[in-house]
Amino acid sequence: MASTSEETSVAIQPTPPAQVRYCEVCSFPLEYCEFGSSLTKCKEALQKDDPELYDHYYSEEALQAKLGTLSLDAQAKLEKETAKKEAKAVAKADAALKKKMVSQVTIKRIERNKRKHVTSVHGLETFGVDLKKAAKQFAQKFATGASVTKNTQGQDEIVVQGDVSAEIVEMIEEGQGVLKGIPRDNIVEVEDKKKKGGD
Amino acid sequence: MFKKFQPSTDISGQTSVKSSIQRSLRANLLSQWNINPETLEEIWPKKESITLVKCRDHISIYALHGEPLFLQHFDDPLIPTLRLLHKYPFVLPKVGVDRGAIRFLLAGAPMMCPGLTSKGGYLPPAEQDIPAGKAVAIFAEGKEHAAGIGITKVSTEDMKKINKDVGVDTVLYLGDDLWAIQEI
Ligand SMILES: [Zn+2]
Repeated sequence: MASTSEETSVAIQPTPPAQVRYCEVCSFPLEYCEFGSSLTKCKEALQKDDPELYDHYYSEEALQAKLGTLSLDAQAKLEKETAKKEAKAVAKADAALKKKMVSQVTIKRIERNKRKHVTSVHGLETFGVDLKKAAKQFAQKFATGASVTKNTQGQDEIVVQGDVSAEIVEMIEEGQGVLKGIPRDNIVEVEDKKKKGGD
Repeated sequence: MFKKFQPSTDISGQTSVKSSIQRSLRANLLSQWNINPETLEEIWPKKESITLVKCRDHISIYALHGEPLFLQHFDDPLIPTLRLLHKYPFVLPKVGVDRGAIRFLLAGAPMMCPGLTSKGGYLPPAEQDIPAGKAVAIFAEGKEHAAGIGITKVSTEDMKKINKDVGVDTVLYLGDDLWAIQEI
């Protein structure tokens, strides 16, 4: 920012990057929180974090100055719009949470033949887990193959070579790597045995 | 372009880029952007090789160590990601929209001329006319940082003269699906 006359005598210096402070809640630059869908939360977080900066953006004067060329009518409309957006986002988050509470992660031990098993993991995506990353984590952890495939219902699941169901349950319980935020009660372990004609 | 973008289905693959192509990319960045080689070196050091992330509809994203830096649609101008533009706001010429247009911009709508020519908007003076088909940073009334990046549909002088219809096609904006992708 400060101009120096150095550049005339020495080699041209690169321009340093500007530091932009992004909102922890909505990820926008702070000045754009008002256009996001979580303004109330954004304001709360900033007020706690940095009261001075909060005043900079949300004091009475700041709000007046912000109006710019926008008419009061248009501003009122904008605020209404923001409130609507926020309500919608809250409803969406609620629905997602409800869905999560009743969703299950199924870990299934599948018998391929007498000695060979594979383990399928289904339902992680509902908890916001990136399936590709999770498959990679399993492959690394167990030094085996793991891939994202579609099951017979056309839903994505992860298939890991070998019987590692107990270990996977443990990993999820401990929230290892990308496997975060899945309550123990939502994990279901099942076994899929090959039917055999008689013993 | 990134209103709806899902990495799992919209990315077809990642490849390394041949060094001859890297050289021409670098030359194009220097000629298309307002940036000196020293600053480009900070963003993308010569010894580092960039990754091409191929996406649907002929969109190419170029990433360094997983961080998306810039992108291109067909042979259109090279577009920095919005986060990169925030760090180096001078690389693209600037236009501005009035406060009323911000919410349309953040919904991905193209920017209409009246929002650029109104009192709260900004277009460069005649001697700095930006021709059609150029990448521009879209700033917004009363805001310090750019809210989006677009490509001019007509020259900025024509925007002033005609003053209706689309002036700038929106490519990137705060909150689009690429904004959410910090690592690719
Ligand atoms: Zn925010």
